[in-house]
Amino acid sequence: MLRDSLQRLNAARRKRLAVVLLTDFRGEEHIFLEGDPVEPPFAALVEGAFRSGRSMAFNTIDASGFLNVYIPAPRIAVIGAVHISQYLTPMARLAGFDVRIIDPRTAFATRDRFPDVQMCTDWPVDALMADPLDCYTALVALTHDPKIDDFPLAEALHTGCFYIGALGSRKTHAARIGRLAAYGFGADALSTIHAPIGLDIGASNPAEIAVAILAQVIKALRTSSRQTMPA
Amino acid sequence: MTIQTNLTDPLLTAEHWMEAGRAVAIATVIETWGSAPRPVGSHLVVDGDGNFEGSVSGGCVEGSVVTAAAEVIAAGKAQMLEFGVADETAWRAGLSCGGRIRVFVERLG
Repeated sequence: MLRDSLQRLNAARRKRLAVVLLTDFRGEEHIFLEGDPVEPPFAALVEGAFRSGRSMAFNTIDASGFLNVYIPAPRIAVIGAVHISQYLTPMARLAGFDVRIIDPRTAFATRDRFPDVQMCTDWPVDALMADPLDCYTALVALTHDPKIDDFPLAEALHTGCFYIGALGSRKTHAARIGRLAAYGFGADALSTIHAPIGLDIGASNPAEIAVAILAQVIKALRTSSRQTMPA
Repeated sequence: MTIQTNLTDPLLTAEHWMEAGRAVAIATVIETWGSAPRPVGSHLVVDGDGNFEGSVSGGCVEGSVVTAAAEVIAAGKAQMLEFGVADETAWRAGLSCGGRIRVFVERLG
């Protein structure tokens, strides 16, 4: 691999862009960002790779080699710099997720509590405008506070986040569903929100709840109909 | 802003090593047959001292890949490796999962 290719590839991956590296055994390399126009001999190969998320070797009359498709790492956007988040963040990162935390309450979102994690203290409406959700992102809402949680939940439903979960009792969630319905979401869309959040493993403290949430996120990632999540 | 990514991302590791002036080889799974532990596209990166990050096989053939990487770094010429149960090296290395994999090892730079 050429130095330049590696740098361009990693730059795209850092920006969470889907990218294909095509290695031609004659010694050429090509990098394509999703949506870029592709030169004729490779167009079908590259488009197929973005569609399927599958890397593959190829052998045509013109060329042989392989292409690698790099889909953005799954990400968890955590709303709320709460106690559960302090456990969820390192666990999720060990499991290969990018994590970012959004909480406008600066008493919660401190560097002491969250060293070395991407954190934003803007209100979610601003944070998600600057750095939008995408379908490779799980939205985990943990504040209990409608002023903070509701907007990102609505935004996650619009965006098609692969997982949406919200902390709160069934009663709290029923009230939440009522508020979100006012945004115009139907019952089917609202039923995709996991609440109470997390797999039912009887979790009883923040660390265990973090395990339950992470397990449910992984289940959604690995058993959803989308075929383009990275291995 | 700190960019958070997978803690052991081999291609980010390769870039850090390259910037630090270390010689680097990149191994990539380019084909699999049968049951293979790591999917096509998986990377293992190796530096000139044999340090490595990532995986192409879940651990069973990495020793051979690291050895090949040293040759690739020294000679500059890419190598195509194939491991499978019918292959003596892989048998020694213990690719007992029953699959075959083809791994392309190239020098970075």
